[in-house]
Amino acid sequence: MNPENYVLCARNLHKSFAGKEILHDVSVAVGKGETKVLIGPSGGGKSTFLQCLNFLIHPDQGDVFLDGRKINSANKRELYDLRQQVGMIFQDFNLFDHLTAEGNVSIALRKVKGMSKKDAHARAIHELDRVGLSRRADHYPAQLSGGQKQRVAIARALAMDPKVILLDEPTSALDPELVGEVVAVIRKLAAGGMPMLLATHQMDFAQALATEIIFMEKGRIIEQGVPEALLAPGARTRTQDFCLSLNQMGNQNSMQLCCHSQAAPSPSAPEE
Amino acid sequence: MQGSFFPYSIMIEAFSEFFANLGDNLLLLVKLLPVLLKGSGITVIVVAGAMLFGLTFGLPLSVVQVYGPKPLRWLVSIYVWFFRGTPILVLLYLIFFGLFWMLNFHFNEILAVILIMGMTSTAYQSQIFRGSLQSIPAGQLKGARSLGMSDFQAIRSIILPQALRISIPGWSNEYSIILKDSALAYAVGCKEIMSYAKGLAIANGNLALAIYILAGIIYLIITIIGLWGLRRLQRKIRIPGYSHA
Amino acid sequence: MDNLLDFFSNINASAFTFDLNYIADKVVPVLNKGLWVSLSLIVPSVILGFIFGVVIGAGRVFAPPRIRRLLDLHVTLVRGVPLLVQMFIIYYGLPSIGIRFEPYVAGVLSFTICTSAYQAEYVRGALMSISQGQIKAAQALGFTAFKSVVWVIVPQALRRALPGCGNEVIYLIKYSSLASAIVMMDLTGEAVGLASQEYKYTEVYVMLGAYYLAITSAATLALYFIERRTAIPGFGRLAAGATK
Repeated sequence: MNPENYVLCARNLHKSFAGKEILHDVSVAVGKGETKVLIGPSGGGKSTFLQCLNFLIHPDQGDVFLDGRKINSANKRELYDLRQQVGMIFQDFNLFDHLTAEGNVSIALRKVKGMSKKDAHARAIHELDRVGLSRRADHYPAQLSGGQKQRVAIARALAMDPKVILLDEPTSALDPELVGEVVAVIRKLAAGGMPMLLATHQMDFAQALATEIIFMEKGRIIEQGVPEALLAPGARTRTQDFCLSLNQMGNQNSMQLCCHSQAAPSPSAPEE
Repeated sequence: MQGSFFPYSIMIEAFSEFFANLGDNLLLLVKLLPVLLKGSGITVIVVAGAMLFGLTFGLPLSVVQVYGPKPLRWLVSIYVWFFRGTPILVLLYLIFFGLFWMLNFHFNEILAVILIMGMTSTAYQSQIFRGSLQSIPAGQLKGARSLGMSDFQAIRSIILPQALRISIPGWSNEYSIILKDSALAYAVGCKEIMSYAKGLAIANGNLALAIYILAGIIYLIITIIGLWGLRRLQRKIRIPGYSHA
Repeated sequence: MDNLLDFFSNINASAFTFDLNYIADKVVPVLNKGLWVSLSLIVPSVILGFIFGVVIGAGRVFAPPRIRRLLDLHVTLVRGVPLLVQMFIIYYGLPSIGIRFEPYVAGVLSFTICTSAYQAEYVRGALMSISQGQIKAAQALGFTAFKSVVWVIVPQALRRALPGCGNEVIYLIKYSSLASAIVMMDLTGEAVGLASQEYKYTEVYVMLGAYYLAITSAATLALYFIERRTAIPGFGRLAAGATK
């Protein structure tokens, strides 16, 4: 994969913690309008991988490219620029607990981008409106539901005009009835062409959005391909096995979608 | 600048003198130690007495403050406000001289100090227990009532056993505060560690620093022993899965 | 039983006086004088104690392990030894090796050392309570390390430390009475001096208690209002009741 063709590209990332290998030679690239979905068992390295992309965790080896330009993470300026241009959504929201919804969205605009208070406020209200929360602008995180918190987090990321957004299991910490509102916002983003890299356990969601599914296990990419191929009935891929095992644990949604997918013809081997 | 603030030459002289007569000085310190230890005995008695006094009266006060009728609650609040808002040294002067002395109530200083510090500790301990009582979920009381217990029975056999366990960290804290406060008892003539230390330091001017440091070490040791004991108690009565936050 | 009777027959209620004129003419002016001395001890000690408390507390969280252990030891020692002993070491002990302080300097010094150790404990607790997620979120938005400290860590930590630090200020107000033990003429020092003149203990010490109660109550009230003004729903201490 040539980094120049992609918005965000990671090549050959390796990471170990205390002698345990978490990532082994992982390469992923996200292009314009693409939504790539990382799936796989918990502890498979998805979250670590996402955090390596904006150097919240520093990879031991490998390169990250933004718009085809290799990031030198030792250069602080370059690092902070990268993080401004790469949005990140966390599983447990990580809203700033001492700031209102509006404050959460505007603080980085003011303190990182140097916007005036007035402009930052206007922008924050605009972004909150996009996720349907402008009426909650004055609420503090503790006064918001999980779904609302995650939508504020998305607004916070969008306000920075990111070139790409990383979503680390954005719906995993939510009560089932609150998943829908967050999914709707993410779908809208995807429809608008925002490049995204999404780690999730929600297969229905993955299948509906993904331009490509990447199956990770034990720190390695096991398979990757278009969802129609990986999840076709009888495809006999690791992805489908994993999907079925989720079913057996009672995930009715993904059962239906995995097994009765309108899906594409030929199962194809993972790329590369 | 520094030279004038810290007179190094005098310090060096003092140190070299101390070490020149190291044998004699250490011998003297060793001879003085039993005197300080005698004071430690009094300190321990005062602290133990005040803690027990505070436990005996603080516990009922806390129950009153949480479950009692409004007027009683206010009375307890006023008591707590007075003893927590006034410095312990002032309380010692106020009650020992301003009350006992004026009433010709000349009784034993140790007893007087235990009484005064005990009353103070009552106020503090009642707040520790109150916090614990309030942290017990309402469901516990409901559960006990649903079994036909009276409120008194429920508080005694269901609420208090839980609340007391939660109170141990607060109690450890209170212990180290009372121990340190007991150093002020010398102000009303109670013969505890500091009163002996002061006497010894005046009599042996060149050893004043060593004597006060020695006193500090004794306090540290008593603190550590007491906290260790309370931690053991806490472990002994621990209930699996029950949080002792 | 006889002893007990003796004991009570000794009680002499007539010795118990409460002379209001004496209070107005003598006690109040003298205590007012002492009040200023007390305040002149308390205010600098609170300010210096907080500054050093933040430095020590932050050091105990962020400094390299060796310095951290040293600071831990310092805090344990200071918190384990009575303030009075520390004051005696500084004012009466150090002169035996040639270091002499004015009583005022010795007072502020020992109060600062003592209160900063306690403040450090609250600051440390507050810093440790800030979750990794908050810092990661700031980093992910492109905050520099310095900016995340200023805009995320400090505002959160200060709010969490406020109740503890405020209480510590009230403690310091009360323990400033120990300054009288190193011959400072603060509130307590003046009171003891006056009481020993005419033996009107009750009048003097009741008023002394009233002065301290007034100061500590005012401080408690002020703390309450500061806490309320800076409170954020669902954040820190108010967590329980605040959500919906």
